Amino acid sequence: MKNLESLMAAYLVVWAIFFAYHLTVARRLARLQAEVKRLKEVLRQS
Amino acid sequence: MNWLPAAAVAVLLGLAGYAALFLAPTERTMGMIQRIFYFHVPSAWTAFVAFLIVFVANIAYLLSRASKWDWLGVSAAEVGLAFCSAVLVTGPIWAKPVWGIWWTWDARLTSTFVLWVLYVSYLLLRTLVSDAERRAIVSAVFGIFAFLDVPLVYLSIWFWRTQHPQPLIGGGGMDRHMWPPFLLCWAALMGVMVLLLRLRYRLEALRHEVEEMKIDRERRKAMAS
Repeated sequence: MKNLESLMAAYLVVWAIFFAYHLTVARRLARLQAEVKRLKEVLRQS
Repeated sequence: MNWLPAAAVAVLLGLAGYAALFLAPTERTMGMIQRIFYFHVPSAWTAFVAFLIVFVANIAYLLSRASKWDWLGVSAAEVGLAFCSAVLVTGPIWAKPVWGIWWTWDARLTSTFVLWVLYVSYLLLRTLVSDAERRAIVSAVFGIFAFLDVPLVYLSIWFWRTQHPQPLIGGGGMDRHMWPPFLLCWAALMGVMVLLLRLRYRLEALRHEVEEMKIDRERRKAMAS
């Protein structure tokens, strides 16, 4: 089981990259969805 | 049924991880550490596919000037960059125990790093141009140019002397028992790429919608005053 730590580290880092990226996209998406909702309300009132 | 593709990819990822860690034969000289290969190489192939999408979308944009191609281009560039980052991180983790060093500036490693820098520049370039149409044109031209590095990365093994192992296709090949886990891992990562690309594309479309609504708001303000 030589280098098992390196192998696990590599797998963890790969998933961390994809998870972090997914998180940033989801956050930006949520922010924009809130902005669309707000703008729709503004446009409806004007 | 929005969760169905994500659930399918999650199952595929589980199977791929199991196949790579437990079913694939252990390589004779490198041992366990060689199993990094099952996510390192498919990540590289998936990044190449993403950058190919950028290339095609950029050409399609220049020909049609339809915004959807620009949205697809920037989305695929960002997703491809995530996969390219995975390649650049897993490579050194493999290299340290096998080569005794984390990194060397040889042709394959350097051209892959240049590829990463090119697509970071592609994304940075977009932040510098405020006009949407100009931004799309400038980044499309840059994206087409950036893709030239993809074949260079793959062919660098034959063009220059390098420490990096030979490529699977047209190079060193591999044991036939390693192919099924390898292809399973690639299919799983392609699934991840498609999911991320869909999400990122939605973000870009929504951004466009917000911009349109802001213009509409300004127009109404101007008309009212």
